[in-house]
Amino acid sequence: MKTRSIRGHVIGIIAILVSAVIFLVPFAFLVVTSFKNVQEASFLDFTWPREQFAFWENVVAVFQTNDFQLITAFINSGILTVSSVATMVVLSAMIGWVVSRRASRWNGLINMLVLAGLIVPPAVVPTIWVLQGLGLFKTMPGLILIEVAFGMSFCILLFRAFVGTIPKELDEAAILDGAGPLRLFFQVGFPLLRSVIVTVIVVQAVTVFNDFANPLYFLPGAENATVQLTLYNFQSQYQTSWNLLFTDILLITVPPLIMYIFFNRQIVSGLTAGAVKG
Amino acid sequence: MTTLGQVATGTPTPRRRRSRGPLANRSYPHWFLLPGAAVYAVLFIVPTFASFFFAFTRWNFFSIQFIGFDNFVTFFEDPQLTRGFTNTLIFGVITSVVKVALGLVLAVLLTSGIFARGYLRAVIFFPVLVSTIGVGITFRALLDPYDGLVNKSLAAIGIQGPGWLTDPNLAIFSVIGVDIWKGIGLATLIYMAGIVAIPRDYYEAASIDGASGWKNFWSITVPLVMPATTTVIILSLIGGLRSFDLIWATTRGGPGFASDVIASVIYKQYQAGYYGLSTAGNVILFLVVAAIVLPIFVWLNRKQTDL
Repeated sequence: MKTRSIRGHVIGIIAILVSAVIFLVPFAFLVVTSFKNVQEASFLDFTWPREQFAFWENVVAVFQTNDFQLITAFINSGILTVSSVATMVVLSAMIGWVVSRRASRWNGLINMLVLAGLIVPPAVVPTIWVLQGLGLFKTMPGLILIEVAFGMSFCILLFRAFVGTIPKELDEAAILDGAGPLRLFFQVGFPLLRSVIVTVIVVQAVTVFNDFANPLYFLPGAENATVQLTLYNFQSQYQTSWNLLFTDILLITVPPLIMYIFFNRQIVSGLTAGAVKG
Repeated sequence: MTTLGQVATGTPTPRRRRSRGPLANRSYPHWFLLPGAAVYAVLFIVPTFASFFFAFTRWNFFSIQFIGFDNFVTFFEDPQLTRGFTNTLIFGVITSVVKVALGLVLAVLLTSGIFARGYLRAVIFFPVLVSTIGVGITFRALLDPYDGLVNKSLAAIGIQGPGWLTDPNLAIFSVIGVDIWKGIGLATLIYMAGIVAIPRDYYEAASIDGASGWKNFWSITVPLVMPATTTVIILSLIGGLRSFDLIWATTRGGPGFASDVIASVIYKQYQAGYYGLSTAGNVILFLVVAAIVLPIFVWLNRKQTDL
């Protein structure tokens, strides 16, 4: 028993050292570089800033770039994330609710479409063509609907599984009391789905906020930039100003980080759904 | 919890005898499906079907001309585009295999009695949350051939590091490494959930029979975490074959076109105004993903039910 715990400790210490080198050093490097001024940052040394602690100056500089593009970008990303996640949650919860509660002949088709939504890569130019036809290309509502369409499959999967665990007796009581389908869903179903809704919101919010490819394709233009695109735009402009680039990365990592700190458990349960058969 | 498998096989929801057919169904009307179905049909299904038409055209929104299989021929004759095709396969396969192997080992380690478990889990998972573009830019600095931290550290112990992202033969593998760095936390978490769900009785029975740790791993853990393995393989394959962000943030497909994948070719051809060729790339990507993921999916699910 004793030799075993010693071995456990040795493995533990090795694991901590290795993980520190592989996972913490890149992050620490990011942080210390964002503290430096341009000249010092250009050496790419992994050291504490020697010449000047320039973090605050860097933050101001990053915000001022391109007429405060980062502020616009935070607003854009905020609108995009909140609207698309809210829409996604309501629409997919309704689908998951009906599909799970009702044995319909449509269910086979719906399952197939959900699976297709997870696997099939979206066809980029034809999607732009459709958006143009609807007058939604290069507009925020267009991008919001795109995120909804691409994210729904994952949400439906989670909702459908969860609805299956809620006893139907609760519905039956409400139906006997004369509740219509809308009242049944919003007043009985929705509150019972609370925990899975939180999971879906957190996972999808982080996904949409970190999304790069869809805004790049479907919402081009500097005034429309989302936070991920500021990195892309600043990259050519800053050339070797690693300090500013890294400061920008740090700033746009703050919202997902806050999400992680508060909703750690929900993120984990949402992302690991499927690991256990049941 | 659900498995991806239920979707494919379309396991019907268990029907309750007590539900009263049409009356009960009226409480779950089909029109609930409509709003979601409308968005999905217009912005996903229509473009997907349209892509099978536009892939056979020379197209730029203003004019369109049917050219048969020319785009596909170009795709497989032009060495730049062929390289993108093979790189996609390399990227998808290597990242999936490594994530399965490493993820399982790390998960076993983290569910054993090791100390500082919480710290290790948080550290490994954190990169999953950082934006892919941010990770890509950070590693561009770390992997810089002259000033990068990696090569400076190697130089300190007397090894001259290669040009990780600038050597045409190495670039795609370096990006693969970064992708594994970013995604391993998710694979580990999925495996941890799978391992925790294995009933302790199996291990107790095995230890009475005198089975060692190694034997336990192969005869109990590996077969019983099969659902987790399925999830990790499918997710990594889907993500890996479609990967764009990380490649764009680290190499932009370069040097030259050495690290291009189909997804980056699609973007480049779109930017260059070759919409038909770009769409043909999309169709090829669709076929590649379907041809690889679907058989594995069916096979893994069958294996799962055999147990």
